[in-house]
Amino acid sequence: MLKVALLGAGKMGISHLAILNAHPQVEVVGVCDTSKMTNEFLSKYGKFNCFTDHKVMINEVKPDAVVVAVPTKFHYTIIKDLLEKNIHVFAEKPFCLTADEGSELVKLAALKKLVNQVGYHNKFVGTFREMKKIVNSDALGDIYHFTGEAYGPVVVNKKQDTWRSDPSEGGGCLLDYASHVIDLINDILSPVAESKGSLLKSVYSKNVEDAVYSLLTLSSGVSGVLSVNWSDDTYRKMSTSVTVVGTKGKIISDANELKVYFKEKTPDSYSKGWNVKYVTDLTEEVDYYLRGEEYSAQMDYFARACLGKVPNSINTFESAWYTDRAISLIKKSSSL
Amino acid sequence: MERILFGDNQFFAVNHISDEKSRAQAIKFKDDHAIIRTLDYAIDAGINTFMCTTHDRISNICDFIRKNPARYEKFSIYPCMPYAHKYANAVTELGVVGALREYTPGNFFGSIFKGGVAYLAKDYLSIMELLVDAELKMFKGIRTPVIFLQNVITDLLLGLGMSDVLKAFHDYVIKKHNAEPGFITMNMPKLLTALNDAGIQNPIICASINKAGFRMSGGKEIYEETLRSKEVRVIAMQVLAGGSISAKEALEYVCSLPNIQSILFGASSQGNIQETASLIHHYDHALK
Repeated sequence: MLKVALLGAGKMGISHLAILNAHPQVEVVGVCDTSKMTNEFLSKYGKFNCFTDHKVMINEVKPDAVVVAVPTKFHYTIIKDLLEKNIHVFAEKPFCLTADEGSELVKLAALKKLVNQVGYHNKFVGTFREMKKIVNSDALGDIYHFTGEAYGPVVVNKKQDTWRSDPSEGGGCLLDYASHVIDLINDILSPVAESKGSLLKSVYSKNVEDAVYSLLTLSSGVSGVLSVNWSDDTYRKMSTSVTVVGTKGKIISDANELKVYFKEKTPDSYSKGWNVKYVTDLTEEVDYYLRGEEYSAQMDYFARACLGKVPNSINTFESAWYTDRAISLIKKSSSL
Repeated sequence: MERILFGDNQFFAVNHISDEKSRAQAIKFKDDHAIIRTLDYAIDAGINTFMCTTHDRISNICDFIRKNPARYEKFSIYPCMPYAHKYANAVTELGVVGALREYTPGNFFGSIFKGGVAYLAKDYLSIMELLVDAELKMFKGIRTPVIFLQNVITDLLLGLGMSDVLKAFHDYVIKKHNAEPGFITMNMPKLLTALNDAGIQNPIICASINKAGFRMSGGKEIYEETLRSKEVRVIAMQVLAGGSISAKEALEYVCSLPNIQSILFGASSQGNIQETASLIHHYDHALK
């Protein structure tokens, strides 16, 4: 059994807690949150051992691994402390607020040989995994353009006042929504190396951007467009998609559906012209489902990595650091 | 429960396999009259139960039903609560405490949570009861013989090991609303065990059941074994696995399973509604 503790029982934390608690090889040894009400509810009805001070919790319950789901501005200090205590870490995204902080944690985790993972769950979505496979085969020819998009209804009026509206706490569309798209592009194609120019627009928020539009160049030389807006209430929920265009084909994928066009040769199970595959055909069943197979799959992967059963190679701190770096490049190019 | 229940995903742009289809549905059902027309197609196909989320727009549909009692004389609604995106967006916007304050009536919340801690642990369940009442308001005067807890909440409570809260919902629906409680889940075998352990026998469970094994957590075999060996009233949903298998193949499979009391499906066109209903009747008859 892997002894896991949770730090931060907000929206993502509670979801992780349910998934961990249902996992047959995980024992949840502690939960830490600053809200007394949350703790009282979790200990009364869920029989969890709850704390308000994470240092007290770590000393008392001695976990093998910790899931960190607190606001991003606390990530660096807390994760550093956990790694120094030889504890494996799963952190929610985005990883850190500055590339320097992240870089230090990447090195520390490697030095300590600890499992490190960040919650970019799209990498566990069947359609995006398949997309990466196709892009890495040479079936699309020379790739010359990409578009990464995400739209959804998070901030749709002017009365916001939570940590999401505070840039110093990791709020804003760039860190929240756009980070998912950047992370997918980094993974499917290659890491963002340069931002040629960016527009960060406030639609309803006073202090943060609600939309991000950017021209990006990747380390492979391929360039493309990022277009993200979390104030778009024509979407019922977040919708993320990536398009990749090459000389011999084109691929468009979101979390549900993958559409790919091949001009000439095709990989196995595809034919010339348009092909459509659905996530239903590309998803492995999970043992416990909450909100999407990918959430269970990423947590299962983390648990098995801690138990030494799979390599720690998906969503590492290093890959998340590339995303943090792209975020700072975009920010910088918007103020020029 | 009737053999066939009509669902509402198509009305609210819920499509599990395509964002494009989802937008097309949002356009098609922009007006409430388009929803009512489609419900009428279902009634014409002999389906008199509408299973729907407590989406804001449903209250307009309820108004229409109340104003036309003759047309909807045999009509029932199975409400499914809560409409999760409403609360998820509220939590994002206002935080957990702010969201609860927004949706509990009056100053009840403020009075029991002075200093951030409930005076009595029982008060947490009182909040649940108030939320249930608030969600059900729009159905006043309409038959709601079964009231469901949505899968995102059922499965969250299941994962957290909070069977007592599931039991409290169950008991409250019976006591206060004189209806049968139901649970929607993506984890049917695990949920049934938890409900049985909490003292709930022969519950109504609505779960994803389809030939493709889609959203059947733990695998299709465990589901089939549960249907064969356990006492449970099951509603099969997502029988078409999001459209990835043919309707004939899909419905033949579901109709052949034991212990499935009802089949839930949603469709936008009169042709699809009639075809699905007659295929279910066909296989029910053929496999008898």
